[in-house]
Parts: sequence; C-alpha cells; structure tokens
Amino acid sequence: MNWRAVQAIYIFEMARTGRTLMQSILSPVLSTSLYFVVFGAAIGTRITEIEGVQYGAFIVPGLIMLLLLTQSVMNASFGIYFPKFIGTIYELLSAPVSAFEIVLGYVGAAATKSIVLGLIVLATSALFVPIKIAHPFWMLAFLVLTALTFSLFGFIIGIWAEGFEKLQIVPLLFITPLTFLGGTFYSVNVLPPFWQTVTLFNPVVYLVSGFRWSFYEVADVHVEISLAMTLLFLFACLATVWWIFRTGYRLKN
Amino acid sequence: MQNVISIAGLSKTYATGFRALKRIDLDIRKGEIFALLGPNGAGKTTLIGIVCGIVNATEGRITVGGHDIVHDYRAARALIGLVPQELHTDAFESVQATVSFSRGLWGKPHDPAIVEKVLRQLSLWDKKDERIMTLSGGMKRRVMIAKALAHEPQILFLDEPTAGVDVELRKDMWQVVRDLRASGVTIILTTHYIEEAEEMADRVGVINNGELIVVEEKAELMRKLGRKQLTLYLQKPLDAIPPALAHHRLALANGGSELVFTYDTQAGRTGITALLSDLSEAGIRFKDLQTTQSSLEDIFVGLVRQGNHAGAK
Repeated sequence: MNWRAVQAIYIFEMARTGRTLMQSILSPVLSTSLYFVVFGAAIGTRITEIEGVQYGAFIVPGLIMLLLLTQSVMNASFGIYFPKFIGTIYELLSAPVSAFEIVLGYVGAAATKSIVLGLIVLATSALFVPIKIAHPFWMLAFLVLTALTFSLFGFIIGIWAEGFEKLQIVPLLFITPLTFLGGTFYSVNVLPPFWQTVTLFNPVVYLVSGFRWSFYEVADVHVEISLAMTLLFLFACLATVWWIFRTGYRLKN
Repeated sequence: MQNVISIAGLSKTYATGFRALKRIDLDIRKGEIFALLGPNGAGKTTLIGIVCGIVNATEGRITVGGHDIVHDYRAARALIGLVPQELHTDAFESVQATVSFSRGLWGKPHDPAIVEKVLRQLSLWDKKDERIMTLSGGMKRRVMIAKALAHEPQILFLDEPTAGVDVELRKDMWQVVRDLRASGVTIILTTHYIEEAEEMADRVGVINNGELIVVEEKAELMRKLGRKQLTLYLQKPLDAIPPALAHHRLALANGGSELVFTYDTQAGRTGITALLSDLSEAGIRFKDLQTTQSSLEDIFVGLVRQGNHAGAK
C-alpha cells in the first residue's frame, strides 16, 4: 500500500476545499437553511406532525440526505474530472499508485467533506427544531455509507464526463429529482397506493427512510432493506470503479 | 553496459485503427542520454506514454530496471520521472506544494530539504510560494521538471523539454540534464531541435511512422552516414566537367563556377590529393575552397525521407 500517495491526494483535495471555503461550506449550509425556512417554518405550521414527529424535525434527515447526495456527487466528480480536464492526470497515471489508492484518496476526501457538511447542517437544524437521535451509531453508519457510496458514484461520473455539461447533468437531472421524490419532505405513506409502489423503484427512498429511522424510529421501508439497498449500491459503484481501472475506460487510450 | 529499459515487440493500435507503433525493439542503457528523434506524429509520445503507464500497449513487453511495467508497475514506475510535452499544471497550487505532492504520490517521505534542492537546481526557489498560474511558460516548464525530479528518479523522460523555450532557458536546461546524467540518472529525451540531440545525446534513435529506423551511437551515426563535401570556387566557370576528371565524384554548381567534390569520411583515402593534382594537370585553377560536413539534421532528414519513400512504395 502506498499510504503516502493516498495521504498526498487526500491533502491535495482537502486543500482545494480550503481554498474555496465559501463555496464549499457556506453555500450548501445556506441553501439547506432556506429549505428549513420555507418547508419547516412556512409550510410546517400547516402540517403539524407526521407519524408523531413534528414536521420541521421530520424533514431534517431528508434534508441532510439531499445535501449528502448532491455534495458527494459534485465533490467527487469534480475532483477527478478536473485533472482530466487540465491534463494533470498524467501524473496520477504514471505514479506508482494502485486504482484502490487513487479512489481512496479522492473518494475519501469527497466523503469527508460531505460528512462534515452533513454534521454542520445537523447542528444548524438543532437550532431551529428539536432533534432526537434514537440510534446514533446507525445514524453515523448511514451518513458515512451514503457519503462514501455517492462519492464513488460521483467519481464514476467524473471519469465518464467529457465536458462540464455532463458533469452537471447527473446531479441536476437525477439526484435532485430522485431526492425530492424520495420522501425527503414527506412520508411515502401519504401517497396514493399506486405512487407508493412507483416510489419503491427510487433508490433514494431507502436511504432517506433508513436515515430517518435512526433519528425517530419512523421508516417507510424496513431498516434492514434500507441498509441492504445502500450496501448494494455501494458494491455496484465499487464494481464499476474496478472495471474502469481494469480497462482504462476514459483514462488511458 | 547494463540495460535499464528493455522494450520488445511493442505495438500500439489506437481505437481509431491508427497504428502508432509497429513492433518496436529498443534497449536503453543505464546512465546514458538517449535522444529519440522523429517528425510530428511519428510515435515518440505514444512510446513514452506506454513506458510510463499513461497509454496501454496493444502488444509487446517492457521492463524498467528489470520490472515488468504491467505486472510489477509499482517497482517500475518508482524509478521513472516524466516531464510531458504539454504544460499540464495546477493553477492555484503553490510551486512548493505541487512539488511536495508529486513526492508524496511516489510514496516518498515528506522531505523539505530535497524539495528545496530540486527547486534551487531549477532556479525556482524564489518562486516557491507563488501560485503556478502566475508563472511564465518557461517557469511552468521548470515546475514540471521539478515535479518529475521530486521523487529522485533514476530514469527521466523529457518529452520535448525545450519546445517553446527561449535560448537562454534552453541552455540552462541542457546544463540541468548534464548535471543529472553526471549524478547517474538515465535520460530519454525527444526533441524537434536536432542540435539538441547533437549537443547532448550519447545515442540517437530515429522513429518515423511508428517504426524505429535507426538506433546508433551519435558519433557512429554521424561517421557512418555523414558525408563531407569540398567546394572549389573556380577562377573561370566550366561548361562541363572535363573527361579527365570524370572518374572523380564531382558536380558543377552555381552556373559552373563551383566544383563540388563529395567524399566519404570513413574511407581511408579520400581522393583529395589525386583530385587536386588532376585539376592542376587539366589547368583548372581555383581561387578558394571550403569543406562542409553534414550535420545530424541532414542525416535525420535523409533517413526520414528515405523511410517515407520506402513506405510509399
């Protein structure tokens, strides 16, 4: 294991966040706070409770998930896309590092950022609404697993993308809609039966549901299924990354 | 002498069907400066890319320091420093940070003293805290060399190191390369400037259309393929070469006012003495004379033209 290379990539990526602190930390925290004001304070006054949880508090896990998914994908995809774009990827490819080490450095840094952001938003929301964390271990487990999985997913997108447009398209066209339709702001149970079934094809439902269960023990699907789906997606991403490095897809010609 | 890189039967066909390299066999000796010459698109950069791990080979086997570049890539790549042709640098990083990053990437422990040594060697020390984007093109080129040297490689690839670099900086870089060679580093450079190869290389390889046309000691190559010409400036122009002189390899030039004699430097007898005595007998007088030797550039152009001609057939 070339740990020094992993460390070098990790520090390099974290330094990039440091340089763009406003953009990296402040803007996601601000936009999440806006959701709170709109959904929590404005609409929340009309909807008092969902399944015994105050509406403002109910949406917190969903909001953190929304942030976690978009930020993980964006951080990781940009992190690997940019060296490809400016050409500095040559160094990474000619260095004595394995695919695993490269992924560990980039995905590790992207996931770290998302987790820190998630925790910041959690702390911020505690100022607005009463938060209860029933299962802190599982809360952290879902947080880390989701950040890791979607950072991997972002890494794949960063390698696949051939332009800035493609880089934006996945978060914009898939992640955000799937999150909004994945029970971030509502319980799946309030939907008509037909749409409940449709919703089950949305992978984000399982993430939000599992994460929310760790807070309030309220879930749309069984927590075991949530965990299994998260792990399934994690392994799918791992397998794709493994294939990318094996074949040199979009990295080596 | 010990080989530090062995390339055997290397071919590369791109997905487009373009055959960039055709069964290349090449050994690089430890401690030498090897110049790879070739016109644009000849396959120089592809060859370097494959050895360094940036491009996948279609077939063939390469070992670096005895390590297979595919199966034992860590050991092979640990020995190599690469300075690519294009100026690929981060924009916002500082010079020192980017050089330290390269060292870390190669798994070497953090060592500010070595980074300082490399930066000083390349006259970059006073720029160490500057963002790379603020540097000039020549300085960026130095940064890329510093990055390649940060992990103390035993083999250095320089792909067109002096393209777009002013004369002074070019001379500086030649000195850096000589110093590196003196410290035992093997250097493989590609260049368009043939004077660069002529000035620095121990051995020269000429590549054209993906094929290695020739690999030879520079001195040997110039001796073998180099020709000398003796030009005689005549007092009175000639209409034709007199029959008495026909057996010499002569040609008339400049409207008959110059006689050009081509001779082989390899031959024990050049035939100059015989020519001069024949000229005097024929009553041909000359006012001046000059000899010229073909440069590596002439040899290179001749080889490539020959190769293209053969390829066209």
